[in-house]
Formats: sequence, C-alpha cells, structure tokens
Amino acid sequence: MVCLTVLILSFGLSRASGNLAISIAGADASAEDIAKINHELGLDRPLPVQFVDWANRAAHGDFGESFLFHEKVSSLIEEHLPVTITLGLIAIAVAVVVAVPFGILAALYEGTYIDVAVGVVALAGQAIPSFWLGLMLILWFGVGLQWLPIAGLDDWTGYILPSIVLAFVAIPVMLRMTRSGMVDAMRSDYVRTARAKGLARISIVAKHALRNAAMPVVAVSAVQLGFILGGSVVTEVVFNIRGVGYLAWESIGKGDFPVIQAVVLLFSIIFVGLTLLSDLVGAALDPRLRGR
Amino acid sequence: MSATLKRSTNATLEVEGLRVSFGGMEAVRGIDLSVERGETHCLVGESGCGKSASALAIMGLLPGGARRSVRRLGFAGDEIGKLSERRMARLRGDRIGMIFQDPMTSLNPAYTIGSQMTEVLRRHRGLARDKAAERAVAMLDRVGVTAPGMRLGQFPHQLSGGLRQRVMIAMALLCEPTLLIADEPTTALDVTVQAQTLRLLAELQRELGLAVLLITHDLGVVARVAHRVSVMYAGEIVEQATTEALFAAPTHPYTRGLLDAIPVPGKVRRGDKLGSIPGIVPRIPAGFVGCAFRDRCAFAEPVCASNIPPQFASPDHAYRCRMAPDWWRATA
Repeated sequence: MVCLTVLILSFGLSRASGNLAISIAGADASAEDIAKINHELGLDRPLPVQFVDWANRAAHGDFGESFLFHEKVSSLIEEHLPVTITLGLIAIAVAVVVAVPFGILAALYEGTYIDVAVGVVALAGQAIPSFWLGLMLILWFGVGLQWLPIAGLDDWTGYILPSIVLAFVAIPVMLRMTRSGMVDAMRSDYVRTARAKGLARISIVAKHALRNAAMPVVAVSAVQLGFILGGSVVTEVVFNIRGVGYLAWESIGKGDFPVIQAVVLLFSIIFVGLTLLSDLVGAALDPRLRGR
Repeated sequence: MSATLKRSTNATLEVEGLRVSFGGMEAVRGIDLSVERGETHCLVGESGCGKSASALAIMGLLPGGARRSVRRLGFAGDEIGKLSERRMARLRGDRIGMIFQDPMTSLNPAYTIGSQMTEVLRRHRGLARDKAAERAVAMLDRVGVTAPGMRLGQFPHQLSGGLRQRVMIAMALLCEPTLLIADEPTTALDVTVQAQTLRLLAELQRELGLAVLLITHDLGVVARVAHRVSVMYAGEIVEQATTEALFAAPTHPYTRGLLDAIPVPGKVRRGDKLGSIPGIVPRIPAGFVGCAFRDRCAFAEPVCASNIPPQFASPDHAYRCRMAPDWWRATA
C-alpha cells in the first residue's frame, strides 16, 4: 500500500517537475524536435496509460532504460546500490556504537551535567542539517587538517566522514530512546529485585536493565537504517560518492524519470522491508511477544 | 521507640534510630526494632507511613534522593550501617533475603526463571551453572512449585501471580539467609493464594529458623503470623508489643482506630458503622515536634504538641502517647 502510494506520487511528481525532451534536445531545440523526442519516448501518450504501462513492466522487473545514460535502469541501480548499502550499514553501526553507550551514561547519571551534555549533543545532532555537517567536516578534517579525503571512496578512509554524517541522522533518536529506556529500567521493580539479590552493579546495568531498554532501540535501528538510506541523497552529493543517492540526485536534476521512479520505488520497498524487520526483531527480543 | 523494650543482644536484626528523609520530608523518624532468630516481626501501618522506606533503608536499597541515617544497624552481631555499597551487596541475596509486593513486576520479563535464580548462587556461592540449576530446582520444589525443572526454562509472564511470588520466595531463600525482609508479600495476590503464601512463609521460617521482618498493612496477616508487632504512623513506631499483648490491650489511639476499622464476624451487625480514622497520614517536615497523630486523634490535648516520651503498658508492650496504659478500659 505504502509502495503503491509512493509509486503514484513519484510518477506524478517526476512528470510535473520538468520536460525531459527539452533537457535531451537542449534549450534552443525546435518545437518539432521536441515533439519528435516526446513521441519516440512515448511521452505524448496520456499519463494514466504511461503509468500503467510503466507499473506493469516494473512489476516484471523491467524498469526501462535511462533516457540520459542509455543504459538499463536496473543495471544502473545494481552498479550504484552496493556503495549506498555499505555506507548505510557502517553508519547505523556507528550510530549504535555512539548512541547506546552515551544513552546509558546519561541515564545512569540522570539529572547531572553529564546527562545535560548528552542531551544538548543529541538536540544539536537533530538540528544540524546533514549537508552543513558534511561540509564542515570536509572543511576541518579534509581541507584544514588534511587527515581525510574530502570526496570519493578511493580507500577505506573515504568512508569515515560520510558515515559520521549519515550516523548523525539516527544518533539523536537512538540516544534518547536508550536514555529513557534505561531510566525506566533502572527505576523498575525488577532492577530493585536484582539489587536485593546483591548482584554486582555491572550485572544489574548490563544484564537486567540494558536488555529491557535495548529491545525498542534495536527494533528502531532498522527503521533508522531506512532514514539513513534516505539521507544518503544529500550526503553522497556532498561527498561526491557514486551511490544510489547520487544517482537519484543526478536524474532528478535532469528529469530522467525512469531512474527517479525506480530509485524511489526501491527506497520505499527497502523502507517497508526494514519496518517489517523492525517488528520482527522486536518480537524476537521480547519473550512476551515470542510464540509460546 | 528509643526507650524501647531492651531485649537480648543476640537478635538477628537490631535497628536503632533509623531515619529516612526525601527532600525536606521525613519518611522515617527514628525507629527502633529488633528481630530475633525464628521470630516474625510485623511492621504495620497505613500506606505512606514509612514502613516500606524502613525496609528499603535496612537493605540499603533506598532510591536516589533519599537520605538515611541510623544510630545502630546490627545484623547477626555485626554493625552494617556503615558498610560500603559493595560490601552491602555481598550481604543482600546471601545472608539477607528480600521479597517484594508485586510479583508481576518484580521479576525481569526478559530472562527465564532459571537464569534469574541461578545468578544468585553464581554470584554468592560461585556455583557452576548446572549445580546452581540443581539447587534452584530443589528450592522451587521446597516452596511448592509444581514441575520445578520445567519452570527454569519459563519466562515470568508464563506463570501466575501466586507462582511468581513462590519463585521470588525461593529466590530469596536460595543462599539460606538468616534474615528475610518481606514487603507486603501477599498484598498483590488473590485471597486464597495469600493464605497459601503466608502458610508457606511460616513453615519455611520454622524449618530454617529465619528471622522475618514482615511489612504489611493487613492486621489479619499480623494476627496470623506475627510474634511481635510494631505499629507505624507517620514515620514513627507508635506502639510495639508481642502480638498477644497488642491484640489484648491496644493502647495507642491510632492502634485502636486501626483495629476498630476491621469488621469482626459475629460482632459487627448489619447497620452498625465500622470505625474509621478521619483524615490522612500527614507529611512530616524536618523539625516536627510532638505526636503526629494529634490532628486525627479524638483525645488530643495541647500537651500532644510537645515531645511525647514512650510509656510501657507492660514490660513487653511500649507505646508513645500521653495517656495512661489503661485509659481505654474506662471508655470501652
């Protein structure tokens, strides 16, 4: 259902956004040439006909051919997807590694300056746009300190800055969830029981409290991975990385709608898949939701 | 009560001058009590009178923001009032067991019964997993849990409330403690299960020679299991006596009010009004002087606003009120 809605929206918006024939033929092309191109590409047919035709072929795995690259859309995506997925996975790993320990720390020192500091960083993380953060990191670490490459993925160091920027998409939410989950858990009756049993503090925090606090965080990280993939459009452009996000940006600029539609559809399918995964993971972690 | 009944010094638990405050409010205002081996001491009172805070304070389990001070906290001959949190943790679950009111939330929903029971033995006894599991099964069997072997693999949500409370009791007794603190252990249970659980506790106590500090608001429970009773009101023990002495001659107006509020079969007739105590337990700020019950007491006089020393109705029966020990015989 979500996918279908996205499908129709992306189709409509990409058609409304510009005339492909003009961008192929050039701004000073004659009206005849444009009409000819439109006819060749089938763009002179009524929109619903075009949509049904496209959707029908997409359902069979045929996304057509890019008008600009003269390459099959599916092979374009195949070529660009691995980079984006790799970056996304690294970013979500970075986000977990940063958000969970700091969330725990903030919860254990609830109300102290440590808690406040973590909260401020989380708020800032949410407020700072990725493109700005990306540019600033490039300025400091790439241009200023010259520690890291400013663009591209020539070796592993190229992954560092973009994955930090992408991780910042997910860190604030995960940080806050970890913190509030841990605060609740540390006040819970079962943690009091664990203390009454004389368990060591590390066992109380890491075993009894964290396990319960982590359930929603792990579940939500799947959804956050979806947001990160969405965020890859901006980040890949800023860092000049040839992933699906970059592909999407390029084709949007040129009005290459077979590619736009395919990418949007792909993202929406991935997002729906991740949301489903999130529910499944949540159920698997919570014994109360598991089948008895 | 400071001038309280001096008792043999080999008590398992001896508390003197225990105070707990939250912010500017005093939840526990200098209570004294002791529990001997094989004895059940009931701490009884309304909600908010400080009985749970007292229990948590003795265990060193007060929430953050609470402050405790105690003149003497003796456990099995040792002073434990100054122990560090680490050393206190070594006592808890090993030599002092505790069970709580709500077995529904007191077990961790994410771990099996087996995991939660064996970790106690692994921590305090250093037992290997299989040895610990054996002991856990034996203890579950002892507290009357059916199919104990199967229970180890189950999660708390798969058990009934009564079973969970039995698991809590078994868990608290795994290391054979000398003192068991039970905070309203039957309040959240069905009436029939309440009776079973109380019977079980009494049995275990006799068998293991446990000292039990039982917190309850239920005078029915007190009458059934207690050897000794402390009635708590607004952070103070207002009356302390053996169970027989207390029920035979309740002397503090508050205790009398509590007892009047219980319907006695055969004595109360339809249409008769049950006794009740007007008002609620007040919050007591630091520096409060006098009897905290005076605003709700039918017998209050100006003198009640000054410090009230404890009096003895008998060598085994202390109370904190201005009135003479036998005042109520005249009004009864």
